[in-house]
Amino acid sequence: MAENEINTVEGLTRQDFKLSDPVKWCAGCGGHAVLSTVQAVLPEIGVEKEKIVFVSGIGCSSRFPYYINTYGFHSLHGRGAAIASGIKLANPELNVWLVTGDGDLMAIGGNHFIHLLRRNIDLNILLFNNKIYGLTKGQYSPTTPQGSITKTSPEGTVENPFNPGELVLGAQGTFFARVVDTEPRMMKEVLIHAAQHTGTSVVEVLQNCVIFNNKVHAEITGKEVKDENQIHLRHGEPMIFGKNSDRGLIMKDLRLQVVRIGENGVTEKDLLVHNVHDPEGTIHYMLTRMSLPEYPIAMGVIRDCESTAYENLLYEQVRQAKGKSKIKTVEDLLHSGNVFEVKDEEPSDI
Amino acid sequence: MAKNPKVIELDEVVVKFAGDSGDGMQLTGSQFSDTSAFIGNDLSTFPDYPSEIRAPQGTIAGVSGFQVHIGHKEVQTPGDKADVLVAMNPAALRANMGWLKQGATIIIDLNNFDSKNYEKAGYSDDPLSDGSLEGYNVIKAPITEMTKEAVKEFGFDARTADKTKNQFVAGLLFWLFNRDLRIGEDFLRNKFKSNQLLIDANIKVLREGYYYSETIEAMSTTFLVNPAKLEKGLFRNITGNQAIAWGFLAASEKSGRPLFLGSYPITPASEILQEISGRKNLGAIAFQAEDEIAGICAAVGASFAGNLGVTSTSGPGLALKSEGIGLAVMTELPLVVVDVQRGGPSTGLPTKTEQADLMQVLYGRHGESPVVVLAASTPANCFDYAYRAAKIAIEHMTPVILMSDGYLANGSELWHIPNMADLPDIEVPVVKDNDPSFRPYNRRPDKLARYWAFPGQKGLRHRVGGLEKADVTGEVSHDPLNHQIMVKLRQAKLNKVADYIPEQEVIGDPSGELLVIGWGGTFGALVTAVEELREEGRSISLAQFNYINPLPANTGEVLKNFRKKIVCELNLGQFAAYLRSSHQGHEFIQYNKVQGLPFMITELKMKFNEILDNL
Repeated sequence: MAENEINTVEGLTRQDFKLSDPVKWCAGCGGHAVLSTVQAVLPEIGVEKEKIVFVSGIGCSSRFPYYINTYGFHSLHGRGAAIASGIKLANPELNVWLVTGDGDLMAIGGNHFIHLLRRNIDLNILLFNNKIYGLTKGQYSPTTPQGSITKTSPEGTVENPFNPGELVLGAQGTFFARVVDTEPRMMKEVLIHAAQHTGTSVVEVLQNCVIFNNKVHAEITGKEVKDENQIHLRHGEPMIFGKNSDRGLIMKDLRLQVVRIGENGVTEKDLLVHNVHDPEGTIHYMLTRMSLPEYPIAMGVIRDCESTAYENLLYEQVRQAKGKSKIKTVEDLLHSGNVFEVKDEEPSDI
Repeated sequence: MAKNPKVIELDEVVVKFAGDSGDGMQLTGSQFSDTSAFIGNDLSTFPDYPSEIRAPQGTIAGVSGFQVHIGHKEVQTPGDKADVLVAMNPAALRANMGWLKQGATIIIDLNNFDSKNYEKAGYSDDPLSDGSLEGYNVIKAPITEMTKEAVKEFGFDARTADKTKNQFVAGLLFWLFNRDLRIGEDFLRNKFKSNQLLIDANIKVLREGYYYSETIEAMSTTFLVNPAKLEKGLFRNITGNQAIAWGFLAASEKSGRPLFLGSYPITPASEILQEISGRKNLGAIAFQAEDEIAGICAAVGASFAGNLGVTSTSGPGLALKSEGIGLAVMTELPLVVVDVQRGGPSTGLPTKTEQADLMQVLYGRHGESPVVVLAASTPANCFDYAYRAAKIAIEHMTPVILMSDGYLANGSELWHIPNMADLPDIEVPVVKDNDPSFRPYNRRPDKLARYWAFPGQKGLRHRVGGLEKADVTGEVSHDPLNHQIMVKLRQAKLNKVADYIPEQEVIGDPSGELLVIGWGGTFGALVTAVEELREEGRSISLAQFNYINPLPANTGEVLKNFRKKIVCELNLGQFAAYLRSSHQGHEFIQYNKVQGLPFMITELKMKFNEILDNL
């Protein structure tokens, strides 16, 4: 699985990130589209190919590192965030991606996920959310809607599902975006933003599982409904959606509200304008929570605020400690503090 | 002035400091041992503290102790029983009465010996007048009151004033042991560097304690422990945990691979994390993870990225790290896992020592998952074994578990500081950029280890992971025969390590009647017991194992030269069971103790004598 050519950033193409080995996801799996989009994005993020690392946990999505020609680490169920943190902190020059799924990241890996966000290590997370356990063949996941019939919920789940964006915002995440697996253009635009963000970025990919949860996102992604049921948010632009771009979002009584332009005197000027950089996350949180049928689903970059990455603070401390300390080597350390010397075979009495 | 006391020269003395958790006994103990080291005594220390931070004052549960053994002769353990006990309250006295030598000197803080404290300690009568202290040399000093008086002029609040009373105790001991007060004063100047007021106050209390002893008639006898015959060089007092941290720093510098510690606080291993957290000046990174699992996973990630990845923990944490160790076995990355053992199972005895993690360390993973296992045997050689663990991990591309225990971790001894230049080189099996022959699971024939290629290196992009890999190419493989080949290769790689470790040493004659077998932290007690019996003319030798997996190649040779063999360990017989499975045909007697306490020399000698008498 090694390769032996030399390349610089210049002249990088998606071919540089392809492997000859077969991709072993099911035909029709949403993963194929994500893989292909990522391979198209990597040449455009300004990073040498040898400095890119893909890390994953366990699950269908987590086979990703085996399908892309970068350094890769397919690790343990739920632990990708911790492994990726170690890689990035060991060498902050690396560009590190974590590919994970709803079960991997938010069930078994939930603890690592929230602490990674809190620390804000500069990693890019691709969360494949198909709302089901695929690799273990069809048990409910932490994002499966309540009431869903699955192999482990024959009468319907009684659990409340997580909304990944709520977790990101709740854990002080600095970047959250949502895309669907069937729209490569939007995905590419979002992934470039995610790669450029300093700090942990989370991109939730609404992904279809053709075998165990087919059409789970159909009411969001279906051709006939997508324009009415999605709102594509862009920084600095009004929150507008609909096939005829005639619906939008306003704030009323501290709640978001869907309005129709032209009705009740509403004009485009009344609509909220998206500010991804707003450090105060309340509107981002509201946007993240929007659900059908009352609201469209928010897509695109919902939050992207400026922050300092953990490793920058850490290595600044290292730099300062090295500068200030008289201890420059281990030899200095061994001889620091309370050390005494025995000069003769028979030390004299004090 | 009192008449000049009689000075008795002693080869060794054991002093036990005991008081409430908040009385500063650990500090007084460390001060006493550091100043002993300064005047050239050999020494060994052992703190004994409760798992509660501040258990109810005055109760037995709240007693915190610190034992110091100093010697003109070589000292290997903190000592079975104390010659001198400092008891700051009745509970401290009651908790330690069973651990005193006959005729021991007992120093008590008279101000705390009242009916209220007797009740808290569970005394029904006044121990000072009920005859229970007959035969002991009891020095009743009003320590609290005298201290309060001494620091009046400094205008401290009651709490700060009370905190200086440990220096009164120190002053008493300086006099009792005929020490130069200036050493104690220098210690305080060093400790409170920037705070002149605290320096002045503590020095005043120290002197008061000293002069008080001089004045009263109670101490008719004082002691002198002359400097030990030490080899030439630089020495310091060091604990096991500090030595482990420093061993990794040394290995990192020698190998040129940055040190990355991923860890989570746990007693009794936390000081390793704390020590490395303070070593950013040497470029070391300590990552305090959200849990034990993240600690090891971050270390494995760092190791993949080319760092020396280390994680430190105790038994309960090791259980959580099992899957992560398995990943390091599968990906064949260097990793050192430190297990500072404590009493178990479950939360068990967090602050007490035990050796009951051996089976977990050897076998506590799913699949065929061999790891190298080393065990340090003294506080100071924790440095050497941390260094060797890192060397083996890097050179053999394998996880190594380094075993320590609560006794080594918190205990201290005098350490002859090594020269960095004298430490063995560490060869890093790194691949050159753009090496066209690189295959991720290609192995070097001498060690059967694969090579290390880090992200960022040109022309070496590759993928590793927990799925079984094809031999040489490292492709994901579910081929049945390949799996068997890989399982066997991983085991063979481990077995190869035996070619690179020293032979098992025997202390005493290489053959004889009785071979005492120990491993890890029991060395001090075992070697003292064996050497004392040898001086009495017994045919007895000791084999203390530091290399546990693989065992030294000559282990079978060592075993067969003795008529009887006894395996002594602080568990129910795990190393004995391990030896029975690896070296069949030998009979092993067992001596096991599982009380959260180290072996006592007297109990060992009694057992060995019993066997030798019945031969």
